[in-house]
Amino acid sequence: MDLNWFVCFLGAAVVAGTPLVLATLGELITEKSGSLNLGVEGMMYMGAIIGFTTGLQTGSPFFAFIGAALAGILGAMIFGFVTITLRANQIVTGLTLTMFGTGFAGFIGTPIIGERAPQKIIDTFVKVKLPLLGDIPVIGEIFFNQDYLVYLTYILIILVGFYLYKSRYGLNGTIVGENPKAADSLGISVIGYRYLHLAMGGALCGLAGGYLSLIYVPSWQDSMIAGRGWIAVALVIFSKWNPYRAYIGALFFGGLNIVGFRLQQFDLPVSTYLLDALPYLMTVIVLVFDSMRSKSRSHAPAGLGTPYFREER
Amino acid sequence: MARIVPLENCSMAKKVRIRVFAILMAFTLSGFLLLFLGHNPFEVYASMLDGGLGSSYRVKETLIRTIPFALTALGIGLSFRMKFWNIGGEGQIMMGACSATFIGLNFQQLPSFILLPLMAIAGMIGGGLWALIPAFLKVRYRTNETILTLMLNYVALKWITYLQYVLWRDHEAFGYPKIPNLVKNAQLPKIFGLHIGVLLVPILVIGIYLFITYTKKGYEIRVIGENEATARYAGMPTSKIILGTLFVSGGICGVVGMIQVAGVNMTLSIDVSNGVGYTAIIIAWLAQLNAIAILVVSFLFAVMVEGGSYIQTVFQIPQAAASLLQGLILFFVLGSEFFIKYRVIRDRKTRIVTEGEV
Repeated sequence: MDLNWFVCFLGAAVVAGTPLVLATLGELITEKSGSLNLGVEGMMYMGAIIGFTTGLQTGSPFFAFIGAALAGILGAMIFGFVTITLRANQIVTGLTLTMFGTGFAGFIGTPIIGERAPQKIIDTFVKVKLPLLGDIPVIGEIFFNQDYLVYLTYILIILVGFYLYKSRYGLNGTIVGENPKAADSLGISVIGYRYLHLAMGGALCGLAGGYLSLIYVPSWQDSMIAGRGWIAVALVIFSKWNPYRAYIGALFFGGLNIVGFRLQQFDLPVSTYLLDALPYLMTVIVLVFDSMRSKSRSHAPAGLGTPYFREER
Repeated sequence: MARIVPLENCSMAKKVRIRVFAILMAFTLSGFLLLFLGHNPFEVYASMLDGGLGSSYRVKETLIRTIPFALTALGIGLSFRMKFWNIGGEGQIMMGACSATFIGLNFQQLPSFILLPLMAIAGMIGGGLWALIPAFLKVRYRTNETILTLMLNYVALKWITYLQYVLWRDHEAFGYPKIPNLVKNAQLPKIFGLHIGVLLVPILVIGIYLFITYTKKGYEIRVIGENEATARYAGMPTSKIILGTLFVSGGICGVVGMIQVAGVNMTLSIDVSNGVGYTAIIIAWLAQLNAIAILVVSFLFAVMVEGGSYIQTVFQIPQAAASLLQGLILFFVLGSEFFIKYRVIRDRKTRIVTEGEV
């Protein structure tokens, strides 16, 4: 296990962490406005299949990812309509969205299982070394010799951070999540911001799914998301609702996702089937440690998961 | 402008009418989807019914599928009553199946009447302990149980994969990765053409109804579901109740695992649960945790699933159509609750009424 192997491993962890960070950002932005959407896994499935089929139909990488994002938005809008407008329970609706999205992907995807993503899309997303940044020893190789969507993800992390902390709209959305009553009396549209944040979150989750089906795998396979959406939900808690911390968490879990496969060559005494359980076990451990430090609760938006009805003021 | 006002009491008949309408809407919408894909939705639905109920053999298959649905929904329904979101039915079924199979494979010389109860108890303990992990963490550290139970599903799945491909792999199966079949002693006997596990369904339906309605423990579970703080102030040992209920809840799922292994598949494999744990969540919710309603909904869902695999062969429509339809139904029913709880009033109409009064 020399340095070279390690650099290679970390580079792969960045790739494996990319769908996780996209989905985590999506759920983070959603939760910031007070909606607890547990349908991340479902939206990722919808993004993955629509992105993949759009790619097959058009051969265009651009339209494929637009399709993936729109599919995620569609899932989020269903969630929004049922929980915000029709006021249903967020937890159950989120679970339903997960099941719906999984069924949706199976329904559309079964006939094309095993089909590869179009060559043009695969060629578009080969690894490209960035000038200057890519020449930094070790760091450059790990972070700046990647495909375009990885770079887009870096930008998105900064954009989300800027939106949430520096822009008026993001601060309004945060107020909606912390105290919808106060937001309403300030003239901020609670419903509007919740829908807006859901849509942005859905788009990011859809992109995450598209990344898996179009770049990471890149062919259509059953049960492709494999719980990553749920890991993203846990990562939001772990990140204390901070997009930059979310990236660190996603990298860590990206590494766990591939560690079993990567360690195969070393003839370990542990079966890879068991190493595959690591990301899930680690999610449990991280969550438990997080909840042991009870103060971390205060990082969650105060109004998270609670619906807001104006006339019941 | 329209206003939304809470509706105080909605009659039972209206509730049923609204829910039935919601389900019809779900069928209509997926009908359009089928139409879009170039199928005649009426034909598809008709053959779905045919696939689920068209012959005595199919009815039998549907009933065999109803059993795990109903039992699992009853099991996780217990934890839902406390608003403990146990999404881990899937993993609890697998761990129950795993421990039952362990007994079944290692003590096969025992006579059936000892071996089978042992396997059922092992299944109960396996599923129960698997559910106790998130229950303990929730009670002790308030860790989010939804994500925990879900993650444990994946851990269980990887564990069973390991058993199937490595540890318990049958080396006489010509390289095919499978666990050896259970011997005759370890298989459930038949009754009315179904395996004997079917008897558990009426026992549990009645048992859980009586338990929840008439016993002190059942009352306490309901109070915790209404408001945990109230339960604590009333001096109830809430932690103990949550732990106990989750053990039973997971234990029932574990027994389902045992039944699937010993009554249906005759071996343990990664497909032992096959999404039952997730479907049961929809069933429990649609049935509003009512034991009798769970039975009815489970049967309808079993028809849908059996019919779903039938239309796959007839129309080449993927079987996932059934889970898509289930998701849609739940969306519509969740949304329709709005019309049970609230009333939309047009302001103009109200004004006319006031004028009339003057």
